[in-house]
This record gives sequence, structure tokens and C-alpha cells, in this order.
Amino acid sequence: MLLQMSDISKGFFGIPVLHGIDLHLDAGQTLVLAGENGAGKSTLMKILGGVHSPDSGSILIDGQPVILRQPLDAERAGIAIIHQELSVIGAMSVQDNLFLGHEITRLGMVNRRDQGRRAQELLRPFGLGDIDTSRRLETFPIAVRQLIEIARATSRDARVIVMDEPTSSLADPDVAKLVQIMADMKSRGAGIIFISHKMSEIYQVADQIMVMRDGRHVATSAAAEMSPQALITNLVGRELTGQIPAPPPLEADAPEMMKVSGLSVASPTLPGQWVIQDVGFSVRRGEILGFSGLQGSGCSDVFHALYGSFGRRARGTILSETIRSLPRSPREAIAHRIAFLPADRKESGLILQMSVAQNITLPTLPKFSPGGWLSNGDENRCAGGYIEALRIRCMGPRQPVRFLSGGNQQKVLLARCLETKPILLLLDEPTRGVDVGAKHEIYELISQIRKQGTTILLITTELPEMLGLADRICVMHRGHISNVLSRDEATQENILAAAMGGEAQSA
Amino acid sequence: MKKFFAHPAARALFALLLVMIIGSIFNADETFFKWGTHRDTLRQMSTYGILACGMTVVIITGGIDLAVGSVLALSAVLFTKLSIHYDWPPAAAVAGALAGAMAAGFLSGTFTARFGVQPFIATLAMMVFARGMAKWVSGGEKVSTYVQQTDGSFSYEEPPAIMNFLNSGLFNNNIAVVTILFAISALVTWVLLSRLRWGRYLYAIGGNEEAARLSAVPVRAVKLLAYSYSGLLAGLAGLCQAAQEMQGDPEAGVSYELTAIAMVVIGGTSLMGGRGGVGLTIVGALTISYLEKILSINAVGEANRLMLTGAIIVGAVLFQRSQNNA
Repeated sequence: MLLQMSDISKGFFGIPVLHGIDLHLDAGQTLVLAGENGAGKSTLMKILGGVHSPDSGSILIDGQPVILRQPLDAERAGIAIIHQELSVIGAMSVQDNLFLGHEITRLGMVNRRDQGRRAQELLRPFGLGDIDTSRRLETFPIAVRQLIEIARATSRDARVIVMDEPTSSLADPDVAKLVQIMADMKSRGAGIIFISHKMSEIYQVADQIMVMRDGRHVATSAAAEMSPQALITNLVGRELTGQIPAPPPLEADAPEMMKVSGLSVASPTLPGQWVIQDVGFSVRRGEILGFSGLQGSGCSDVFHALYGSFGRRARGTILSETIRSLPRSPREAIAHRIAFLPADRKESGLILQMSVAQNITLPTLPKFSPGGWLSNGDENRCAGGYIEALRIRCMGPRQPVRFLSGGNQQKVLLARCLETKPILLLLDEPTRGVDVGAKHEIYELISQIRKQGTTILLITTELPEMLGLADRICVMHRGHISNVLSRDEATQENILAAAMGGEAQSA
Repeated sequence: MKKFFAHPAARALFALLLVMIIGSIFNADETFFKWGTHRDTLRQMSTYGILACGMTVVIITGGIDLAVGSVLALSAVLFTKLSIHYDWPPAAAVAGALAGAMAAGFLSGTFTARFGVQPFIATLAMMVFARGMAKWVSGGEKVSTYVQQTDGSFSYEEPPAIMNFLNSGLFNNNIAVVTILFAISALVTWVLLSRLRWGRYLYAIGGNEEAARLSAVPVRAVKLLAYSYSGLLAGLAGLCQAAQEMQGDPEAGVSYELTAIAMVVIGGTSLMGGRGGVGLTIVGALTISYLEKILSINAVGEANRLMLTGAIIVGAVLFQRSQNNA
């Protein structure tokens, strides 16, 4: 057996993420690792790559135990990882990237001629034998960059190769080349762990399929013995995890609040490409409209476009009583009473050094500073009201928000949104990184907000949450809405099928 | 004890206290206990302190302003040229010099805020450009009271009253006018940072620019304000410099920006932005200035003084940092 990971457990900050995972990989085999976002695949692969250390468990390669403390250890053990996010260096040339840390040298100097020749040999199987390897990498399109990253990983004669969604930016002909190259690697005795969300690809490459869910191992079997239907059932699981308090049903005569059509966002790096293209939907007052899709499907981009984050890169029309045109900036969006709760609260939500009150009042600060002079009393009173209403557990409005738990930080952001008195509320992963108790409080808040007639658009990768909260669900696939499911039609299986680009199974 | 040092102000004050104790021990035959020594220290630090107030505002946004030393020189030559050579009334000469300095800051701000040039680069360019401007305005020479007349002869002019005033002392000459100006600058900066809406925006941008943008903070305008304000205070420092030297020297202020940055950082304002304040900067400025004064009244040679000061800056910053990360 080439690789054996046994009983691997890992937690972050006391929250268990992996529970005793076993993984086996034989030489000459491709193991597809499947699981929804957050199932623990990436954490497991980061342990294999030496990025994280497991809390318990062992890793054997060719029957020999290895200890992977840092990425270099993994490389020495013959493990190569192709990350989902590109880890090549754009400002360096193609060949410098290929040989980073393994430069071909003569007398201590990099030998560019030999490197160039070897680089072309490496790239030829990918159909890139003719490119100028001394050009900077960032001048190539993203698909080429991804292929070069794969070539780099395979150039090191690694025995275990992990590919984390390697095809996310590849077109079909390139994918076919990749499949060919994977076959070559297998015939040379390498083992491949392949992570993908695309059904067609999974069955094209898999010898074995292993399914993870919520940090646990669910099933492993030969690809031929696990039907696509069985795979989806395994991915989703039978039971819903925790009950979601269903919000009261939408009133049958709720009027249309907004109609969006032709919403497109141009790619910032590739001319002529689109992040999202021609997205259209309508939503009624007080409705909770879910947006569901796999990573990179464009759900978040729809929200950012509606909120004006993309400026002039976004185009499209909005028809609504109060919102006449697509906001060009967050400022305009807030003036139109659109509020946005971003997914990564530490990156683009909170200002961690600031207090609870200062975070809540930031977008509405003019209200709390007549003539430009801050009124701390008004701010603290306002924040105090939200602390009480949303049950934010903190030492008071003046406590820096960085000392709060994830759930309470999320409530601070929600309070910030509510303070702008929104008629349209965009919630991107409102319960990410939040403990179960706070999750339920946030569900209840969402129900209350909707009851007051605020329209909510919701993104959540937790499907049970989506099914519990959303009145209708727009499923996105590669920048398009691939299906819209009503509450009755929506099942985890249907959502996942549409998100993976399969044919709609709706009635 | 650990808790006491949890606040950067406590650490900054501790460092200052240490310096004062050293001063009391090595008091150079009680020179350190005479008010004159303190008056002089405060007067000498005022120009730097005024620069440091503007620098604090810029650093809180996560930026840096390397141009302040050159802008000081630009303001100094503008002020002397206008008031001595063109006989502008004092108010007009002051306004002209300050406007020129503020325009330089506004330009740096435009490049960072509007065109996204890194603050380090934008203000580095302004540092060179403003130095050139200063030399162009002054014709490359010191602007003094020795003025060429229309008939070609040279004569000494009386220095304008405003310069004499700026170079004088108040309260029986117990405190310098420039020190009062420093105190006023610090007070205005404190009001801006702690009492005004735009001050909150400065912290928000330094803390998390993306979050600030998504919260409808006018990021560009706030950055423009920060750099313009720094330019304005560099202009004020230029007036003080000119008055103290009784001339406008286009070579003045070289490397002053580094002293100003050191004062801000020793105080405990984070170069990463979003954290700090002008009170800390005052403590930082006092620490450096007193340190230099103590070394100089004890007749420590300049070579040793510079090396010691450098070592102590690093020590102070490490002290600030170690506690921040804990």
C-alpha cells in the first residue's frame, strides 16, 4: 500500500474538524475524495501536505511512518499537492516557477539553457511545449497557469499526488489532456488523490471513491460500485443535522419587490470572460431567496454586484419601486437601503480593533455625528439596544470586537446591517464559523427580519440551513442560474445535482 | 504588571519615565533640574513634534508620509520669500506657505487614494519633487534677510515681525512660541482623531480598508484628508524652522521624516494602521528628545549619541511590539 492515513483527528480552537479519518491509496490508483464544502477534505489534505499537524493518528508511506511538520517534509516524502488556489508566483518566469527550490545549476549558477530545455520537456505533454518559458507567468491565461502548476507538481517525481479541484479553470480539451497525464503517472506507479465537485469528471478518473461529511469518513468503495445517485446520497447524508426553525410561510399575496435581469460581471483579469453572466431573478417582499452553488459558482459575486462592490465592472438592470439602477458603490447601495453581510467577517466585515459600538455604527455614522462631531452617548445607546435585542454577549458597547466569539461577532455585523434600515438584506454565509447555539439565534433573527417585510437573499453552504430557511432557491453553476427550485421541489439531492451542472430533476 | 503593560500608553510612558530617571541620575551638575534645559528641549523638539502629529494621522490610515521633510523646506522658502522679498503681510505670507505645503500633501494623497500608488512610493516621489520645488522657489540659495535691491546692490532687511514672534518665548520667555504651536497641533490632531467623524473613518480605513469601503466610508476622500493634513502641518513646521533659522533654507528638513516616524512608532502607534493616537506620539517625541538632550548635556560625542539613539529606538519598538503580540 502506497499511502495509509489512519485515525487522523484534528481540531481548531477546540472545535473538532476531523474525526478519526482513515484513507488508503494504492500505487497506480486514483482515489476521488468527495464531500461538500466544509466536509474536511481540504484539512485532511493540508495534513498530508505538512501544513497542519494532526492531533492524533499516523501516516505511513510504503509502510514507513512519516512525520510531516512542514511542507518541505511532505515534499521529501514524495507527496506533491496541487492546491485549489494557485500557488505559483506570477511575477516569476515559467521556468523559475517550475524549478523553484530545485533549480538546475552549474557551479552554483542557475543554468537557464538546461532549465529551458527541461521545462519544455515537462510542458510538452500538456500541449505547452512551444511557449516561451522565460516569460512571466502572470502574462499567461489562468488555464495555462493551472496546467503549469500541475506540471510543476508532477516534475518532482512525487509518488503521492494530490489534486484539489485542478480543473476549476480548465476547459474540456485541457481536462482531457490532464486525464491522459494522470494515466501516465499512474502507470509509473504514482497514486493520485483527486478532489472534484464535477460529477462527470469524478467518474472519468476515479478508481476508488471516498466520501467525507462533517469531518467524518462516510463511505469508500470502487467507483463502479457507487452509482452517482448513491454518491449524492452519501454526500448529503440521510438526516438533517439539527432542526432549523422554519420561518412562517410567506404571505401568498406578497407583492414583487424587485426584478433583476441581465446581471453580469466582467472578469478583472481576463478580457471577454465573465464572473457571472446574465443572471436574472425576481423576488417578492419579505421573501427569503436562497442562492446555492459550489465554490466559484458566482453566488457571492451576485451579492457583491447588487451591493455595488464591483463598480462599473458590473452591469444589469434592477426594477423596483425604490431601487432604480444597479448601485455603483456600497455607498449608493446603502442609500438605496440595501445591506450586505459579507462571508468572511474578518477580511471584509469587521474592523477588529474597533469596539462593538463603532463597528455597528460605521455605515450610519453621519447619524451619530451631527455637524461632524461624534456623539459617543448616542452610539453607545444604539449599540446597547442591539446588544440587548440580538443578545450579543460582550462586556458592553465599548469592548473591542476582536474579543468576541464568532457568533457574537456575526451578530454585531447583523446589527450593523439592521441599523441601515434595509429593505433588501444580502446575507452571505450568516452562520459560518458560528457555534450551534448562536446559529439558532441567527435563524430566529432572520425569521423576525423577514416578518417585518425585509426581503432577504441568502447564501449558505449548509444545505439543511438553506432548505429550512429559503422560500425559493436559485442554484448557480459556473456563473449562471442553472435552476430555480421552490420550497417543495428543493431537496439536497436536487440542489446538488443542479449545482454540479447536472440536468434538473425538478418537476 | 503584565496587565499594566497591556496598554501601549503604559509602555510608552514607562519608557519616558525611564529616560527621565536616567536624566535625573546623570544630571550634569544639575543642568537637568533647571527649567531652561526643559524649555530648550521642548523648543528643539517642536518642529519634529508638529511633523509627527501629521505623520500619526497618515500612519493610522496604514500609510506613511516620507515627504514631510521636503515639504517643510518648501514651506520655509515660500514663507521667507513672500514675507522678506515680496513684503507680503504676515497673514498672507503664512497662508501662502501653508497652502503650498498642503497642496503637496494633497498631491501625495491623490496618487495614493485616486491612483492606488503605494504610499511609500507616492510620498517618496513627493519628497524628491518638493525638494526640487523648494530649490526652484529659492533659486537654490538660502532665502535670508540679505536682499538684492532693484538697482543691483545688496542690503540687509529687517526680519519681518512675524518671524521674530515665532522665534520668541512667552511667559517671561519660559516657553517657546513654537512649543505652543506644537501643543495646538497636537490638540487639533487629537480632536480630529477622537472627536470627529472623519477621525473614526481614519481608524476604520487603517483597520480594514475593505470593510470600511463596504460600510460606505468615503475611503478616497479620507485618505486625501490625511495626506493634506500631514502636508499642512509640515508647512507649519516649515514656518517654525524658518523663524528659528531666520532664513529659508531649501536644504532644511533632510531626514526629518524619519525622526517623525520614529516618534510615532516609539509612542506605540502601529505602522499597520488602525491603532494608536496622538497622545502616544507626544510621549514618543518626548522620549527621543529628552534622550538626545541628556546625552548632549553629558557631553556624549555625536558619534556615540547617534549610535545610542539608534539602539534605543530599536529597543523601544521591540518593547512595544513584544507586548502587542502577547
